[in-house]
Amino acid sequence: MYKFLARRLLSTIPVLAIVAVLVFLMLRLTPGDPAAILAGDAANTEQIARIREGLGLDRPLPVQFAIWAKSILSGDLGESFYFKMKVTSLIGQRLEATVSLATLTIIFAVFTAVPLGVLAAWRFGGWFDRILMGFSVMGFSVPVFVLAYILIWIVSLKLGWLPVQGYKPIAEGFGPFIRHLILPAITLSVIYIALIARVTRASVLEALGEDYIRTARAKGLPESRVLIRHALTNAAVPIVTVIGIGIALLIGGVVVTESVYAIPGLGRLTVDAVLARDFPTIQGVILFFSVIYVMINLLVDLSYVFFDPRIRY
Amino acid sequence: MAFSRKLAAIAAFATLAAAGVALAQEKVLRIVPHSNLAILDPIWTTAYMSRNHGYMIYDTLFGTDEKAQIKPQMVESWTESPDHRLWTFKLRKGLEFHDGKPVTSEDVTASLARWGKRDAMGVALFTFVERMDTPAPDTFRIFLREACGFTLEALGKPSSNVPFIMPKRIAETDAFKQIEEHIGSGPYVFKKDEFKPGDKAIYLKNTKYVPRKEAPSGTTGGKNVYVDRVEWNLALRDAQAQVNALQKGEVDIIEQLSFEHFETVKKDPTLQLPPYDTVGLQYMARFNHLAKPFDNPKVRQAVLAAFSQETFLKAQVGVKELYKVCPSMFTCGTPYGSAFGSEIQSKSNMKKAQELLKASGYDGTPILIMKPTDLASIQKLPDVAAQLMRQAGFKVDLQAMDWQTLVARRSKKDPVDKGGWHMFLTAWQAHDIWNPIANAAFDTRGEKSGWFGWASDDKMIELRAAFMRETDDAKKKKMAEVLQARAFEIGTHVPLGEFRAPMAASKKVSGFFVSNGNLYWNLKKN
Repeated sequence: MYKFLARRLLSTIPVLAIVAVLVFLMLRLTPGDPAAILAGDAANTEQIARIREGLGLDRPLPVQFAIWAKSILSGDLGESFYFKMKVTSLIGQRLEATVSLATLTIIFAVFTAVPLGVLAAWRFGGWFDRILMGFSVMGFSVPVFVLAYILIWIVSLKLGWLPVQGYKPIAEGFGPFIRHLILPAITLSVIYIALIARVTRASVLEALGEDYIRTARAKGLPESRVLIRHALTNAAVPIVTVIGIGIALLIGGVVVTESVYAIPGLGRLTVDAVLARDFPTIQGVILFFSVIYVMINLLVDLSYVFFDPRIRY
Repeated sequence: MAFSRKLAAIAAFATLAAAGVALAQEKVLRIVPHSNLAILDPIWTTAYMSRNHGYMIYDTLFGTDEKAQIKPQMVESWTESPDHRLWTFKLRKGLEFHDGKPVTSEDVTASLARWGKRDAMGVALFTFVERMDTPAPDTFRIFLREACGFTLEALGKPSSNVPFIMPKRIAETDAFKQIEEHIGSGPYVFKKDEFKPGDKAIYLKNTKYVPRKEAPSGTTGGKNVYVDRVEWNLALRDAQAQVNALQKGEVDIIEQLSFEHFETVKKDPTLQLPPYDTVGLQYMARFNHLAKPFDNPKVRQAVLAAFSQETFLKAQVGVKELYKVCPSMFTCGTPYGSAFGSEIQSKSNMKKAQELLKASGYDGTPILIMKPTDLASIQKLPDVAAQLMRQAGFKVDLQAMDWQTLVARRSKKDPVDKGGWHMFLTAWQAHDIWNPIANAAFDTRGEKSGWFGWASDDKMIELRAAFMRETDDAKKKKMAEVLQARAFEIGTHVPLGEFRAPMAASKKVSGFFVSNGNLYWNLKKN
């Protein structure tokens, strides 16, 4: 187990190195000049050239990469061209909003989708199963921003229950914090509910056909115990896998949701940085996301041991 | 019974407390600016957001009122020598920076020196400046080598880069490095500790600010502040979400309402569209004069003849009451606004364009027009341009890209097949183009000219230099007309009409004035 953990952690180093090189090169090959953006629309060519020089963008690519790589190795993600702040500070400022939104979304998605998926499998072919599958198709199909506008129109503008936009840090009180997150989390969770419910249904359905389920029922166990203790536990590996993938996918999903609900999170930061060709920030955020992605995959792999004792590392 | 009384008392206290909180909240003005605020140095960049931030916390020596007249702001009085070479300025009393130190003439000269290295008009002014001195803490002098016709226009210029006055120690920062401290003497104090780019910028009322007695007008007059705090919501960027938030009362002002939402706001009885802007913005098509076939003035004239302003305005703005056709390159309703010499465009038509193109010897080279897909305020213009040019007989290659790619590409002087370009379309605030010095398209020094497109014309260079030296207003107006006529003749660029960018606000906010910009003083919130 520890060997596996050490091996996996070590394997993140080449992964991150490859990500770093690719991101660096892709950004430099993308059209766009950060100096021209910073200088403003009325700036002249000389002013832009001076800014480019000041940012070190006139230096050869290998030199620029070496400087950046050196600072990364010392734990410094560099300074944003656009925001004139340390990239680590920028990420720190935006982290709470994104983590809060992602956590609430996943909690909401898991606690809704797993029971629904189990029930659909239990009542396979019935009206509940059909409705859930219909909802699932719809959940995959409706764009996040459309759903967001519909929810805002009904819940915020017509009923006046929740705010239209914004984010309140938890330090300003749990009430405002949660009020500002409910709609974005529901919006974002719909696609994950659809995904997790479908996988849960399929996995539980497969488990329900196994001999040990027949044995459990023959022993006279209550149906709820059969479903939860025996079927769901044995169907957990693919469900946990899909939840893990879902968390990773959330990183992309938050961009649209944060834009529509004006949440100052990492998604918005990424968009702003891309639009401004803010290379250090884009590189820093992508590296940060890569670490998160790798760690989530590692946690998912480790969790298999708890659900299936046959798995050994 | 006692319990009921206690409950009633608690309820009453809670109500009063809530009312108190509400009252406190009413003094917060919540604004959705037109873009993100990232750069806090309004001299280092020409970005409008940085300029607007500058107006919040800094003050200016002079301002420009709604009728484009230059009026004193920090200056109490000034004199000009008979030969126009010595200007003496006296600062008004009570000027104080946010750190409690008085504003002195040394702060002023240091600020002007830094601005004079970055701003186009500032650079032009400093070609005349021999030296500056500070005979007294409240007096400074500018010695000119020769008479300059735009000294006050430069010092009172309302748009980027505005000569904001900063403390000397900050103004001494290299003009090509951003300042680190943000201390001014303006009506608001910047809360740096609460600033989160992409989220919010906070400004507190400067309680020590002494406003002028005159009514506010443009960037001049009394900068009275009636709210305790102004919050710029930098996270709210989605146009529909902005309107939702305004309707719900979560924000008070949308600085730049999208044209699509104009009618929605107009019909809402709780909202208003304050008439803050009289001159607006101008759309412009810019040629690359270095790239064939636009190195040929006859080809450029064919485009001028083909580009009917109404077609562009209808497609891009759509709302009739927000746009107007205007043949002036300096925008209509400003001191130099005139139709003089504009016949090539204003009295032309497609048939004329076709004839001009035929006569030009155009060889069928495809014209590369850069189309920004992510900038709703101008993204339809290139489509209209392409269609009109095709009708005139051009071959057009319309290339879609994001604005930032366009901004980078337009600075390239390379041939079109090696990453260059032929044409892009943009919008300018009236303040930035309303005289021949500020208007970047009038710089015709070829590859040495400051703005993309690199127009070349010796006659315009001479006319512009003469305009800079002229001190008589009537003569300056005539000279501006001659300059405009020459610009139309050689086709420096094409003005595509004017429009107003509407502001939307809650009816709880009053005190709007004609500012021709995004200025947030004099506003009261009920």
